[in-house]
Amino acid sequence: MTRSLVLAEVVDGVLAPVTAQAVTAAVSLGGEVVLALVAQDPQSLVPDASLIGVTEIVTVAVPGSDRDHEQSLAAAAALVADVQPDQVIAGFTIRSSAFAAALGHKLDLGVITDAIAVYRDDSQNLVATRSIYAGRVRAHVVIDGARPGIVLVRPSIWEPADPGGSPVVRVLTVEIPTSRVRTIELVRPSGGVDLSSADVIFSIGRGAGSQENVANFAAMAAKLGVALGASRPIIDAGWLPAAHQVGQTGSTVKPRLYVAFGISGALHHLAGMQNSRTIVVVNSDRNAPLFDNADIGAIEDIHDVIEQLTLLA
Amino acid sequence: MKVLVCVTQTLEVSTYIELTPDGCAIDPAFATALVNEADLCAVEEALVLVEADGGGEVVLVSVGEEGAEQALRSALSLGPERAVRVWGEGVVLADTRSVAGALLACIESEAPDLVLTGVQSSDTGAQSVGPALAAMWGVACVPVGRRLSTSDSTLRLEREFEAGLVERVEVDLPALVTVQVGANTPRYGSFKDKMRAKKADISVVAPSTLPPSRITLTRMEAAPTGSGRSLELIEGGPSAVATRIMDLVREAQS
Ligand SMILES: Cc1cc2nc3c(=O)[nH]c(=O)nc-3n(C[C@H](O)[C@H](O)[C@H](O)COP(=O)(O)OP(=O)(O)OC[C@H]3O[C@@H](n4cnc5c(N)ncnc54)[C@H](O)[C@@H]3O)c2cc1C
Repeated sequence: MTRSLVLAEVVDGVLAPVTAQAVTAAVSLGGEVVLALVAQDPQSLVPDASLIGVTEIVTVAVPGSDRDHEQSLAAAAALVADVQPDQVIAGFTIRSSAFAAALGHKLDLGVITDAIAVYRDDSQNLVATRSIYAGRVRAHVVIDGARPGIVLVRPSIWEPADPGGSPVVRVLTVEIPTSRVRTIELVRPSGGVDLSSADVIFSIGRGAGSQENVANFAAMAAKLGVALGASRPIIDAGWLPAAHQVGQTGSTVKPRLYVAFGISGALHHLAGMQNSRTIVVVNSDRNAPLFDNADIGAIEDIHDVIEQLTLLA
Repeated sequence: MKVLVCVTQTLEVSTYIELTPDGCAIDPAFATALVNEADLCAVEEALVLVEADGGGEVVLVSVGEEGAEQALRSALSLGPERAVRVWGEGVVLADTRSVAGALLACIESEAPDLVLTGVQSSDTGAQSVGPALAAMWGVACVPVGRRLSTSDSTLRLEREFEAGLVERVEVDLPALVTVQVGANTPRYGSFKDKMRAKKADISVVAPSTLPPSRITLTRMEAAPTGSGRSLELIEGGPSAVATRIMDLVREAQS
């Protein structure tokens, strides 16, 4: 029988949604599913982690924060030694990516990140499918069946496992080394705009070209009473405050209407807006990947369209 | 200070693609090769760090054949002193651990104070080479970093997490940082640097001991088209587009 070790994603002491999705991926492989909770107070996470399909929960109490990837590495290595899984599954997140490759190296295990499917082939090898080249190509990567593998699953691909399971809970004690990465300060994103509750978002990308264009776009959006979003380069350039950023390292939004102006559609941006009800793309390049994920598109220069919108606003 | 920056070539593929006969790579006719965006940010970060430190050297390294050579020449045009290419039997480019193992050979011969990589290759996005390399080298890794500065042998920087969370951290050198896309605006490089990059002598070193490859890329295929959404294109020029968007806005706001 196969056994999966799922490493829970803990953010600010709370179980992140990708955990229940990773459990579903593990359950699809059959066999036992052991869910590991590595946190300062892992017991407090047990109720949320008691998902249907989880056979056992192993808790590891650690002194540091959930951002300490050296601590995560030590805990994960001890968990693999203890649980002896056939596969280790976690979310493809910044926290997990920070230690997964090091875990693979330390234990001499194959690592596949950003998987959108996992299965066993006819020879019982673990296979993961990756979506690469802007989502245009699927790559099938096999982990040699003789050894366990580590797979990081892309968030929002698997349905979350339902609560209401009754797994056995057990404690594992792990010696945690002091991290070589020392925290000086934690900076939380500044508030101001709440994109998560907006019905309509107009989002601007690198195609804007200048700060002045972004300012004009912002004025037009304000006049129309729509919320203002942006892709990351606009924030990096300092043209809008970080609170406007949509995507993996920004906000996740789900408006009725999302209109993207001059945004190419990188995976990290898609991660934040792909569940919008209607997606409209304005981009001069028909080859932009966001067209693959949109309902309505216009192959136009955004400046011309924004000018016309300003007239109508 | 000596900073080693790992760079790679990435491919931007067209909507329609064909694969090579073995089914494990994109036919070059359907792709445009570029230096990985995050790597250029890493090069810029390194150049600024060395300038601020009052001197030192920025050395580039890439693993691979022709593509690696091209990536190194493009990145050299920003101004780094030298570039090294790693290649030899047994390197598996589709396995990030193998690539990291090959890069380790260069770290051993160059003995840098700091190694930078891009946070990820924009085309295949595994975010693994940097963390794997740090583990092999035995130093601390700070992923998704920006705003690097050093004083004595301490490196300070910001690292990013999901939802806009930023942690300011410090580590002792030597260390490895994966530099975030957009961490800075990479310079263009002078005409002189461009000429120098063209003619530069890029030495080739062989990997020392490679880790065993535990994964195999067996095949690729074009992704099924459609994300569950079917695209309707608005025709009729900018004013028709604006009118349609306004209709959609009113509908969504009502
Ligand atoms: C770990 C990590 C986290 C990240 N998090 C995020 C995130 O949260 N959010 C995010 O957005 N990105 C994020 N990124 C960056 C992401 O990978 C992309 O680099 C970014 O989304 C690109 O933004 P863009 O589409 O605006 O720019 P580009 O990719 O440069 O695209 C610009 C587009 O504008 C079009 N264009 C240009 N001029 C015009 C014009 N005049 N008219 C019409 N169209 C025009 C071009 O055709 C192009 O398609 C992250 C990256 C990493 C590595």
